[in-house]
Amino acid sequence: MIEIDHVTKRYGEKVAVDDLTFTVKPGIVTGFLGPNGAGKSTTMRVILGLDRPTAGSATVNGKPYSELPAPLHDVGALLEARAIHTGRSAYNHLVAMAQTHGIGRSRVQEVIELVGLSEVARKRAGGFSLGMGQRLGIAAAMLGDPATLILDEPANGLDPEGILWIRNLLKGLAAEGRTVFLSSHLMAEMAQTAEHLVVIGRGRLIADTTVAEIVAQASQNAAVIVRTPQAGELRDVLVGDGVTVKSAEREVLEVHGLTSAEVGAAAAAHQIVLHELIPQNASLEEAFMGLTGGAVEYHAGALDPQLVDSIPEAA
Amino acid sequence: MSAVASPQTTPTRVGSPAGRVTQANVLRSEWTKLWSLRSTRWSLLASFIAMAGLGPLVAAVQMSRWNQLHPHDRATYDAINTAVGGYHLAQLAIGVLGVLVITGEYSTGMIRSSMMAVPRRLPVLWAKLLVFAVVTFVLMLIASLISFFAVQAIVTQHHVQHGIGDPGALRTVIGAALFLTVLGAMCVGLGGILRNTAGGIATFVGLLFVLPGISAILPSSVNDSISPYLPLNAATTVASHSFDNSHHLAVWAGFALFCGYTVLAVAGAAVSLRRRDA
Repeated sequence: MIEIDHVTKRYGEKVAVDDLTFTVKPGIVTGFLGPNGAGKSTTMRVILGLDRPTAGSATVNGKPYSELPAPLHDVGALLEARAIHTGRSAYNHLVAMAQTHGIGRSRVQEVIELVGLSEVARKRAGGFSLGMGQRLGIAAAMLGDPATLILDEPANGLDPEGILWIRNLLKGLAAEGRTVFLSSHLMAEMAQTAEHLVVIGRGRLIADTTVAEIVAQASQNAAVIVRTPQAGELRDVLVGDGVTVKSAEREVLEVHGLTSAEVGAAAAAHQIVLHELIPQNASLEEAFMGLTGGAVEYHAGALDPQLVDSIPEAA
Repeated sequence: MSAVASPQTTPTRVGSPAGRVTQANVLRSEWTKLWSLRSTRWSLLASFIAMAGLGPLVAAVQMSRWNQLHPHDRATYDAINTAVGGYHLAQLAIGVLGVLVITGEYSTGMIRSSMMAVPRRLPVLWAKLLVFAVVTFVLMLIASLISFFAVQAIVTQHHVQHGIGDPGALRTVIGAALFLTVLGAMCVGLGGILRNTAGGIATFVGLLFVLPGISAILPSSVNDSISPYLPLNAATTVASHSFDNSHHLAVWAGFALFCGYTVLAVAGAAVSLRRRDA
């Protein structure tokens, strides 16, 4: 269990995390979502005792990380920034980490095999690709066989095979009943693995909810876009119980509460000409953006599904 | 990624030994860290060769030109000072390595792994200091002894040799190793305060080698009263058998002062490590 209690972290003038409170429940995968720069990494650094919070506190299993007698057995962490000496081999890096806890070399060998780095373990980590570096970071996190894992953007820099690998690894870890706290700026990635979601933007808590709830919200926002020269007529036909119709521009209607088939049928019944009929399947990404919209000041054309496929990179 | 074997998809849960973070465990870790870097091994080898080899080289040259030396130089020739002369070169390698022991972790990000494994932080600093100090002292003492006996053998031809039992001989030979060891510790401290390789090395070179130069351009009365207290001058009293001027502190007083400077640097590093974000 990880508890964040009114944590604020300022770097000079900049407020990276602003009065953040949430709990990572044991035994499930909790996703930590937010656009880049939202304060996810800072929050994780505070949990891991690397950064001292300006105010508030963070505890792991009831204790500040710095007071854990054997932290690598409690928490395994992969940070977004590299945390490996480039001149040392992967094997020696892991041995040095393991020795701080009296963990034997056989375990080092095991985690190397677990992440698939056996062939390059004796090579200098400085020559590793981003993906190999991530695997080494995960190996280090697994050294103490911890019940809790904190992973900052673990899929970063991985190729498709690597992303599949990390997804399966996370599922396996969750199935073993481990607590996983996982950050990402990609909702789709998160929906695959996480059960609970903590969403932040500009260092503030936006949502602390379940994936199921977000999905429900997403389907609520589903819409059908209709382009018709008889927009006024169609609007009158469609509007009714549980159906709302908005118009962002002339001849274009955004219909909520009906499927595209229903809209098409109604238009045909009233002999209304349609130029376009586009079902807009609201995705998790949209639901996520609905949540973070204010925090990232994202105001792109909401009708363009291409744009909504990705999440803004900058806050 | 092509070089990577296809990984298994589910981890095997293994009952790891329930080890705790202890100072002894952290010492083992730092021992591994020190020797697993090629740069460390080369630096230590370079300082060993410098400490063991420079004295005999200089002695051999002096002996071959013995008859051209000024009579005063011949009369005051100190084969023990020659024997430990290698420290003039070794100090650079040891100092740079001392800075790198810490700043190398900051420049690569390794410090985050170190602090996550040992979140109380200070055991890492103590372990780094102890491992580096022991390695430096043992290597430099061996090198210093090699140089001593080699130099004495070389200078026998002009009968200016000393025995290891002569007054001050053993103290000077051990003193050179002590000086280099404490110098290394001071540089670990400077690295810990500055967290930056270039800054750490510049400060080390500035304090030890530039300050005496600045002092030397001051009026000689001022210089004479300041220079004995400058770090390098205070430090090298213990590694000197005879002195070419009278403005120096007593042997152990000078070394104690240098140890005091080192304690300040290390204390600064400890406070910085505890207080600042990693």
